[in-house]
Amino acid sequence: MAQVHFSAGLRDLTGGLAQVEVEATTVRRLVVALEEMFPGIGEHLNEASSVAIDGEIFTDADYEPVSNSSEVHFLDIFQGG
Amino acid sequence: MAITEENPGYKWVGTRPIRPDGLEKVTGKAQFGADLMLPGMLFGKVVRSPHAHARIISIDTTAAEAMVGVKAVITGSDFPDLAANGAHPSEIDVANNTIAREKVLYEGHVVAAVAATTREQAEAAAKAVEVTYEILPHVLTVDEAMADDAPLLHEGMITKGVDPAPEEASNVASKILHERGDLDQGFGEADVVVEREFTTKPVHQGYIEPHAAVADANSDGRAHIWCSSQGHFQMRAYSASVLGISPGMLKVTAAEIGGGFGGKTVIYLEPLAVRLSQRAGRPVKLVMDRDEVFRATGPTSGTRIKVKMGVAKDGKITAAEVWMAYEAGAYAGSPVGAAGMTAIACYDIPNFVVEGYDVVCNKPRVAAYRAPGAPMAAFAVESVLDELARDIGMDPIDIRLANAAVEGTQASYGPKFPRIGFVETLEAIKDHPNYTADLGPNQGRGIAAGFWFNAGMMSSATVHINENGTATVVTGSPDIGGSRQSMALMAAEELGIPYESIKAVVADTETVGFNDVTGGSRVTLATGAAVVDACRLIIEDLRARAAKTWDVELDQVEWVDGQAQHVEGAQPPLSMKDLAAKSGRTGGPISANASLNSRGVGAGFSTQLCDVEVDPETGVTRVVRYLTAQDAGRAISPDYVEGQMQGGVVQGIGWALSEEYIHDSDGVMENPGFLDYRIPVASDLPMIDCAIVEVPNPAHPYGVRGVGEVGIVPPMAAVGNAINDALDVRMTDLPMSPVKVLEALNEQRD
Amino acid sequence: MARTHVTTVVNGDETEFLTDDSTSLLNALRDEVGLTGAKEGCGTGDCGACSVMVDDKVTCACLVFAPEVDGSTILTVEGLADSGELHPLQQCFLEGAALQCGICTPGFLISAKALLDKNPDPTETEIRYALAGNLCRCTGYDKIIRAVQEAAREMRDQ
Repeated sequence: MAQVHFSAGLRDLTGGLAQVEVEATTVRRLVVALEEMFPGIGEHLNEASSVAIDGEIFTDADYEPVSNSSEVHFLDIFQGG
Repeated sequence: MAITEENPGYKWVGTRPIRPDGLEKVTGKAQFGADLMLPGMLFGKVVRSPHAHARIISIDTTAAEAMVGVKAVITGSDFPDLAANGAHPSEIDVANNTIAREKVLYEGHVVAAVAATTREQAEAAAKAVEVTYEILPHVLTVDEAMADDAPLLHEGMITKGVDPAPEEASNVASKILHERGDLDQGFGEADVVVEREFTTKPVHQGYIEPHAAVADANSDGRAHIWCSSQGHFQMRAYSASVLGISPGMLKVTAAEIGGGFGGKTVIYLEPLAVRLSQRAGRPVKLVMDRDEVFRATGPTSGTRIKVKMGVAKDGKITAAEVWMAYEAGAYAGSPVGAAGMTAIACYDIPNFVVEGYDVVCNKPRVAAYRAPGAPMAAFAVESVLDELARDIGMDPIDIRLANAAVEGTQASYGPKFPRIGFVETLEAIKDHPNYTADLGPNQGRGIAAGFWFNAGMMSSATVHINENGTATVVTGSPDIGGSRQSMALMAAEELGIPYESIKAVVADTETVGFNDVTGGSRVTLATGAAVVDACRLIIEDLRARAAKTWDVELDQVEWVDGQAQHVEGAQPPLSMKDLAAKSGRTGGPISANASLNSRGVGAGFSTQLCDVEVDPETGVTRVVRYLTAQDAGRAISPDYVEGQMQGGVVQGIGWALSEEYIHDSDGVMENPGFLDYRIPVASDLPMIDCAIVEVPNPAHPYGVRGVGEVGIVPPMAAVGNAINDALDVRMTDLPMSPVKVLEALNEQRD
Repeated sequence: MARTHVTTVVNGDETEFLTDDSTSLLNALRDEVGLTGAKEGCGTGDCGACSVMVDDKVTCACLVFAPEVDGSTILTVEGLADSGELHPLQQCFLEGAALQCGICTPGFLISAKALLDKNPDPTETEIRYALAGNLCRCTGYDKIIRAVQEAAREMRDQ
């Protein structure tokens, strides 16, 4: 099961949970699974988040593979200059 | 130059040849945004609000339209109402910032634009546009905007990120929060706790080239835009959205860009020029004055930041509490999110809370500026860390080493760091002679560090092999600091042909695949990776052609030193030139495209050492020695890596000592020119010494991390810490101008 | 409106143009003569991007009315190279990576030439003060100063 971590700003959508375990093979499937657990979070994750998988940050990671040992963090999107 | 990993035998990467676009730029031939002249071209002029906050009651354009030479006058009503069309809120904000519809939200907000046959006629016509306003109360700072009874910029703005959502609208667009561990426990474990409050003013990117755009619209709805921007594909997308047309109707050609630093990732003039050109049936040029650049384009946020940190006697940071409010200007979107993620990212801290607020106010909408959001937060955190080091009697490098994030550290913003080079930048400073250079009277030495993510995003590249075996490398990333050189160097390394036989160019939106903006320090990393991919496709193709020529299997051919070689030496090598000359017989032209959404972003760190001399009589601070150490991953083009490092430092020195937006009580900017908004000049500065640290990014073919931004993160704290070292005064309000330093010294004397 | 006829020598060539009395030399050079090497960075004489030589004196072309240069000799960045051979300053700027975006480069080259014409062996401080009227936001000036030092050395050796 992938370890999914939520920043404090996301926790109002997870009932205060900072971390959950999710079975998924890609980020998109992971977000679908999270939406089932926390209705409404999917849209936010798709629109306002980038994702870090095992330390590597992706801006559009829908089809990026996730493994059972992956550590996944959803991050606020930021802009470069 | 500190190098932590040896160059693995690169022939071109890491060398310092002359840049591909250099000749045009030293001879005056390079075409920047304002340089294009088209037959029949009109000159445009924008009409701007004199008020910080007002409702537009009416706009009367009849007098302007009747003037000699005037060919078109447009207002907000000449553009589609995106709100009525159900567009995304961020698109609506872009449109309303481009030209106001119901309200103006800052002094300088566009309300109309004109086009006429001469500049003088356009200026006269702009003055003749009659706008009636109902002046509204305004708010200029985060303090004013967050006050209980503050007038609202956007009546429907409900703060995001607060649970439960507030019922009342406010000027706070969103709240961000990062936390870990137990703050009370952390401060309980501290031997020393320091708490300070910091303020910074909006500062401008200060590119020397004002925004400029030329548009030539056709009667079938298509239009061609020439503009200087950090991303012509982005200009196409934004302009199409504001104009309510498909992006495919617009072709955008990237002029040479005269500096951007983040401020040219957004649109201002482009859709106005297109609409004027459509109305007039002729090409239209719009160029901003410097005054307009200051009043209406991208400063970065003014801020208020509170930092409380505790350390144990061994130097370990036990807890950090950071509260920050960032001005967004007229529309939501300050860089407080990145500020929250970067504020303490250099360090491994077990207990922290970082809380931030994105606050709208009646100033120009902030735009990205080099590591957006990070420098102000670093000014606060690195100043407090300096004070903690002094309080426990620890060397400022050693306290940072004791807490430094390393590979595997859980970053304050969430994930674990991959291989990073922060420690190496600290060591590079410590190993440099500047670290132990003698200081004179009234001189002091300051250290500060900074972190920036760097970015990847989408890029495309095309590589053509010409009939004589030379190559053309085509990308869609505007070259703002020498990226054509780094593209050519990587292509030379890959293809094995001389740098001089490669031409790197930036193509228009119809000639190359999509590229995201030149920003986020991403071009050498991401567009570079696309160039490398395209070169590798070329080499595969060349090997196949050689195999065909020799009638051997593909695995009998390798590409070495720019030529196809038979693995057993059974055939004389075929050079690029040979293969190019006969390309018609082996399958036609040799060309390859590569497009990618970049993976493998590598974080950047910078540590800087600043020596200042402060005149205790006048409060004038002068930087007398400066050293910057930055992890480049791999410096593809060391000349321009140093250039980014030095440029970022000097912008930071300006931010530290002299730059600030000054508004009067009506919200009118009082210093919209380089005389009163003072950026550093040559005589203000010493040489900026560079230590390029190379801890290769394992996820990039050449180890690139990106170097454009992180250099501006440490300077304000480095300068402030040096002033403190010199005279024992802690400066907490930027800029640290002579008046403020003198005030601090007077307080100390009292 | 009647326009004024101006006769000048620009980059060695006799050049005539018509201009409004209120037009700046910078706009006349760019719009009428077609030389866009000098840039407008501020229009108020603060940035030096429009620096040209008027009768051997460095001048912000944005601060001079075009009719004022009637009878004058003007040098712009386009006239620095001699029959295609780069001026040592141009060559040293290229080799020393003394430009990034390049918008300020024409002005710096003109100001640096004016300095070296008068003072072939300037100190670093003299170079910094001579170029203090030219703003660069990209480089931090380090490589510009070094390029001028190198060009001065080469020109002294010639």
